[in-house]
Amino acid sequence: MRKNHIIRPTARTARIRRNLTGYLFVGPALLFFAVFVLLPVGLAAYLGFTNYDILTRSDWIGLDNYWRLLQDEIFHTTLANIVSYVVLYVPLMIFLSFCAAILLNTRLFGARAFRTIYYLPGLTSAVAASTVWLWLLNPEYGLVNQILSYFGIVGPAWLSHSRTAMVSIVMVTLWSGVGGNIVMYLAGLQNIPESLYESASLDGAGPIRSAWYITFPMLAPTTFFISMMLLIGSFQLFDQAYVLTKGGPANSTLTPVYLIYNNGFAELNMGYASAQAVGLFFLILLFTLVSRRFNREVTVV
Amino acid sequence: MQISRPGKATVILVLSVFAVIMALPFYWSVLTSLRANDDIFAIPIRWLPGRLTFEHYIQAFQMVPFARYFLNTLQITLIGLATNLFFGSLAGYGFAKLRFTGRKTLFNLMVSSIMVPGVVTMIPTFLVLKNFPLAGGNDLLGTGGIGFVNSIWGVVLPGGVGVFAVFFMRQFYLSLPDDLAESARVEGASEIVIYFRIYLPLVKPALATLAIFGFHSGWNSFLWPNIILNDPDRRVLTMALQAFSFNNQTEYGALMAASLFISLPVIVVFAFFQRYFIQGIAFAGIKN
Repeated sequence: MRKNHIIRPTARTARIRRNLTGYLFVGPALLFFAVFVLLPVGLAAYLGFTNYDILTRSDWIGLDNYWRLLQDEIFHTTLANIVSYVVLYVPLMIFLSFCAAILLNTRLFGARAFRTIYYLPGLTSAVAASTVWLWLLNPEYGLVNQILSYFGIVGPAWLSHSRTAMVSIVMVTLWSGVGGNIVMYLAGLQNIPESLYESASLDGAGPIRSAWYITFPMLAPTTFFISMMLLIGSFQLFDQAYVLTKGGPANSTLTPVYLIYNNGFAELNMGYASAQAVGLFFLILLFTLVSRRFNREVTVV
Repeated sequence: MQISRPGKATVILVLSVFAVIMALPFYWSVLTSLRANDDIFAIPIRWLPGRLTFEHYIQAFQMVPFARYFLNTLQITLIGLATNLFFGSLAGYGFAKLRFTGRKTLFNLMVSSIMVPGVVTMIPTFLVLKNFPLAGGNDLLGTGGIGFVNSIWGVVLPGGVGVFAVFFMRQFYLSLPDDLAESARVEGASEIVIYFRIYLPLVKPALATLAIFGFHSGWNSFLWPNIILNDPDRRVLTMALQAFSFNNQTEYGALMAASLFISLPVIVVFAFFQRYFIQGIAFAGIKN
């Protein structure tokens, strides 16, 4: 009895001490998290139900912003723009980085130098990369159209036609992003056992067949991960559109983030801009969940 | 994969063509920045350098206060790096090695926030910074002043301790055995001493990787500084390029000189720490 009496408070103080030490370590990070993640997320949800404009208005307007969102043609245009970006960008990126990675993985001399060259564009900021491409895509003096003219092709004014403006953004983001994805595929390739290729070549499969029938299926998780990252990244496109086209011509490269930025900070429609952001978040979330489910079914099969 | 000799030659040819395409924008921007205007606007284009000049670099530095912007960018990047490394590692260790009430719940909450895209918090974070109590002329309720708007703290603070830094460091601490500190604990060393003396030195490679990534993203960030910083004196390097591209008659030579100048620091850091870059990307790929 007496012993118990002494042990109980010390056990409690030990637990308190342990908790205090724990919170001392994670406390600063939690504080930042609360102020700059939790609070803003809550505020975004709240602002979406108001007509807040920082200066005068701040009324609760219920679901009005979300009804407006359903009929907002410009918002729908930005989503359609992202779709037209994604259908071009994602397959090309997967194809290029996958091919480059399996070629780099053939243990040839100079593979590291190649890898470095492919990775280099990824170091530049989106702003600097876009600026360089602004010059490369110049219709008269730009390198791209000059090279095309060697083949007898008259290149378009890339950035001032609504058909080619998005293609230009695809080119810039492919150029700067491919190196990182090559490195990711290379990491995935290290986990494929050599014996698979040996037995395939005994069965008479050439390098292209074994790349298609062994490597590509074996790297399916990497491909899925990269695709998801590319998709989520695509929804956040801003810098390139800002520098190259200002969202034009005729809103053909206007992205959701660009629209929300304009709405919130240029026109100060912060309530409605928040509703747009929340709407976008739910779209991305829905998309992620559906493709996760889809991916699970595919891998189970 | 082993392949035949003619196969190897084909592979090298394909990789070389790809390398030329990837390197061409660099070659062309360097060339443009270093040659006179008649060479820049020559048709057909001239592939070889010809006469070289530094006039565009001088011009770029006259048009934009680059030294000022360089210091601003360096300051913002380094402060953000320091807070992320210090507090990220501290929290990562806490979540990996210490036992306290609510540990799992708090960690899961933090990690699940990775799902929330930055655009959702963009406007409210601006409002939080603008109405931050006692900052930038604000009173205790956060009114009356401009808070952290137009200040480097407004750029640094929202990413001060990133969830990714905490998650990344936790993974590394988890991979270290628990009994490393056993004897130190028996001798009565406090948890803080154990952290700094025993565990922290073992995660130096992870810290280096995190530092490289932080430097890369901090140096290249554009959208957020563009929202927070209005004062021309407080701008960062990525905002400087606007001075050239907003012009109707673009000065391409100076524009290329400026683009190269602002990209150079990350390329230099990469040259020295390439290993950590590659490891970091591979980590991101494997973990998910």
